[in-house]
Amino acid sequence: MTTIPWLTILGVVPLIGALILLVLPRDNVRLIKQAALVFSLAALVLTVVMGLQFDADSTAAFQFVESYPWIPAFGISYSVGVDGIGLVLVALATTLVPVTILAGWNDVEDGRSVKGYFAWILVLETLMIGVFAATDVFLFYVLFEVMLIPIYFLIGRYGGPNRAYAATKFLIYSLVGGLLMLAALIGLYVVSAQQLGQGTFDFAALVGLDIDPTTQKILFLGFFIAFAIKAPLWPFHTWLPDAAKESTPATAVLLIGVLDKVGTFGMIRYLLPIFPAASEFYAPLVIAMAVIGIIYGALVALGQTDMKRLFAYSSMSHFGFIALGIFVFTTWSMTGSTLYMLGHGLATAAAFLTAGFLMQRAGGSSAIATYGGVNKVAPVLAGFFLFAVMSAIALPGLASFVGEFLVLLGTFSRYVVVAVIATLGIVLAAAYALRLYQKVATGPESPHVEGMRDLNGREVTSLVPVVLLTIVLGVFPAPVLDVVNPAVDRVMDTIGMTDPTPALAPAGGDQ
Amino acid sequence: MNPDVMVAPEIDYLALLPMIIVGVAAVLGVIVETFVGRGARRPVQLVLVFGSLAGAFAALVWQSSTRSLEVEGALAIDGPGILLMGLVLIVAFVGAMLMAERQLDPAGDSFAPRASALPGSVDERELTKRGYLQTEVWPLFLFAVVGMMLFITSTNLLVMFVALEVMSLPLYLLAGMARRRRLLSQEAALKYFILGAFSSAFFLFGAALVYGFSGSVEFSAIADALAAKPGETALIVIGLAMLVVGLLFKVGAVPFHQWVPDVYQGSPAPVTAFMAAAVKVAAFGAMLRLLYVAFGGLRWDWEPLLWVVAGLTMIVGSIVAIAQTDIKRMIAYSSIAQAGFILIGVSTATAEGLWASIFYLVAYSFTTLGIFAVISMVRDSGGEATRIEQWSGLGRTNPVIATCFAIFMLALAGIPLTSGFIAKFVVFEAALAVDAVALVIVGVIASVIAAFFYVRIIVVMFFRDPIEGAPRVAVPSGFTTLALSISVAVTVILGILPQPVLDLIERAGVFLR
Repeated sequence: MTTIPWLTILGVVPLIGALILLVLPRDNVRLIKQAALVFSLAALVLTVVMGLQFDADSTAAFQFVESYPWIPAFGISYSVGVDGIGLVLVALATTLVPVTILAGWNDVEDGRSVKGYFAWILVLETLMIGVFAATDVFLFYVLFEVMLIPIYFLIGRYGGPNRAYAATKFLIYSLVGGLLMLAALIGLYVVSAQQLGQGTFDFAALVGLDIDPTTQKILFLGFFIAFAIKAPLWPFHTWLPDAAKESTPATAVLLIGVLDKVGTFGMIRYLLPIFPAASEFYAPLVIAMAVIGIIYGALVALGQTDMKRLFAYSSMSHFGFIALGIFVFTTWSMTGSTLYMLGHGLATAAAFLTAGFLMQRAGGSSAIATYGGVNKVAPVLAGFFLFAVMSAIALPGLASFVGEFLVLLGTFSRYVVVAVIATLGIVLAAAYALRLYQKVATGPESPHVEGMRDLNGREVTSLVPVVLLTIVLGVFPAPVLDVVNPAVDRVMDTIGMTDPTPALAPAGGDQ
Repeated sequence: MNPDVMVAPEIDYLALLPMIIVGVAAVLGVIVETFVGRGARRPVQLVLVFGSLAGAFAALVWQSSTRSLEVEGALAIDGPGILLMGLVLIVAFVGAMLMAERQLDPAGDSFAPRASALPGSVDERELTKRGYLQTEVWPLFLFAVVGMMLFITSTNLLVMFVALEVMSLPLYLLAGMARRRRLLSQEAALKYFILGAFSSAFFLFGAALVYGFSGSVEFSAIADALAAKPGETALIVIGLAMLVVGLLFKVGAVPFHQWVPDVYQGSPAPVTAFMAAAVKVAAFGAMLRLLYVAFGGLRWDWEPLLWVVAGLTMIVGSIVAIAQTDIKRMIAYSSIAQAGFILIGVSTATAEGLWASIFYLVAYSFTTLGIFAVISMVRDSGGEATRIEQWSGLGRTNPVIATCFAIFMLALAGIPLTSGFIAKFVVFEAALAVDAVALVIVGVIASVIAAFFYVRIIVVMFFRDPIEGAPRVAVPSGFTTLALSISVAVTVILGILPQPVLDLIERAGVFLR
């Protein structure tokens, strides 16, 4: 244990960056971008330094813990700390921010405020770090809600032609969830006040409560709907395609790659441990929603004529897998879900960034029909695009495969039928992804593609880390598994679940 | 008391000093109007207003440990009373800054040069050309403040009625004195007056019925009578209902809200700011005291009534606000919805509910002052530019002002890190502590509906391009700038560090009986 407040420092660095950006001269666009990149890289370096000190064998629930009273009248404190799951997601956020800044270098070119764009991204980074690190439920809620503001402005100010509509739809959907969660959160506080004498929002204290099942079922719904909208699960997903389509690629990566993970993260961190009985009660419902989402998302993706919408629906299908893994209550599947969050974050980055590079070169059109034969004029770009597509299919050897496989493995050990249906999602994924690649990259060159220039150094630099991480984690996930496993075991302990005895010989026993 | 012997009431003048200071200043203001030359009136009045408000506040702080019934039990100087009086004084101080602004309108301040001159008449043009300013607004303003302070502290139905009138009459006048769009303003004043008189009648009728039941107009005697005669409720319940109707009129709760949009729209923005913030504080203060002190024994009767009214107020206010195209009317409906949230706190009948309501009032007042400060600054040639589409692109042309306004909108929507969020939080917490789950759910639904139009303003300001002939943001003097800065600061600080204010409210304790 160290006394250095790592998480606070990590969280504050991007915020300071955002403030510095605001005072830089408006005209010096290059300096603004460089400063943004420097601060996001500084946060990444800090994450790496911090991550190296993370003790995977520690028995403590959270590491790098800090706690100061904030609003004592309501037992609210500024408390942060990470377990393995939190650490992995913080790392995902701090990795993807510099990547998106680099990739989105020229996103703002038409007189809109460059400063604002990058400052909002840095503010968002602070909030993302905070939301994964909070161990006070009130603090989590505050960050969960405030996070909407940067995204709202990123979509609404810098997005496509229909941006105001998409931004508002996103915000209203999220607020519906957020306010329901607020009601449930206060309900939880009132329960804690009744049981402990003094109400609290401290995560550990709330896990220790013995809430009667009826109350649990009501409060669970408040949290669950918020998380299901955020993730998003079927049928709460309709904001996602619009938001994804109208966002800049960088915003879409942060929104779908990182922010949406807050929903599934919240399920593991808060729903299961605080409401174990209700989680068990609602598990069939959630599993049904997840499976419908997997199939429905994939089918709708198959029919899309727009790249970004296709990736949005494909993400929805993947979120189904993540939620499935969480709610079948096995160690494999839950570990798998965590890895899938990471893998999907990287896959999303690859998908939206390459799609963005394509769009920039074809007058901003994201319609699939615009493209054709890209691999002849811009082979490097087409290559990365192929990689992104493969990543979306969860090709073995890539990060998303590990997660998907573990989720299915865990599901199979408990619900064979569900696993079989979910597997269909993979088949459909292959269909929509390969169809996309075929239409965009192969065949005769379309008029919009003619003379398309290939990726430049900056663009390649932004994609390479994503590709490397995807491959490394796909081939050698052990380091991440070591970090995540204790946290997952703790969640399984808290909810009093044990893995079912495998009916067949254990597969993948070395996991 | 023996009716044959009149005993001079014992009065602790020190405890009443804050009210006395403002009251005397108001009377002096009238004298100034008579004896001081036209040119010197404004500075003298401003000194009187700001001096008396500051002096009264200082006296209030000095006497802040007082917990006693004064003037033969007609006034209660107790914790919540002192706190709410302090809030009224601060709100009045900030509101007075907005009223004192003279740089926004090229012709002078926000008030008609002479209220009696016909709108559009030669007379009016002549007065405007000569730069006449109507300084009678200041004594009127101070009388309203005295009325509010009395209203908050009165523990006697008759005193409460007198206070209600002292507070309301000057406001009716102030509402009708706008320099621009005078017909709209006069119409607003008339509507406000007629509906206000109507509600006063309700209140008075209710007081008579309650007197019939309890034989007294004093709160403590009413409470005792209720305890002594638990079975006979018809008379007192009807009386209570009429009293509550009178007060619900003042806070603008549904179904007694019809006057709100017209009055908010027609009045000059600085008056609306003061009225929207301070009248709510005073009326809710009075309502809380009336219900908690005099009618605590009947709470099983008034709680369900307030639940229904609170729910309706939140929902109707939020839904109708969506359809508004005028920013002042939208804010008016939003303030109706906000009153519904405060009513949630009132309806709990607990100390937590009382504190939550007070916190909500603090948060709401400053946000409202700030909103109208901004509205008074966004102008075109016809005065305030209040059509929502005129605000298009304000975020591009005036980022600072637009950001302030966006902060207020987020606060009203209840987004965390603003005062509005903590306010909603404490109110919902108080409600859930008494198991009013349904009310909280309605509140949540209303918040979502309301978020839609708050967010729409942000969309208009930041995501749209400026329209042709867009209004300009007039450069204000220090008065409005300071008022706006205070409002923004309070809105943000209460959202991030509410603990000191929560402590202050909790230390104030509950009403004296």
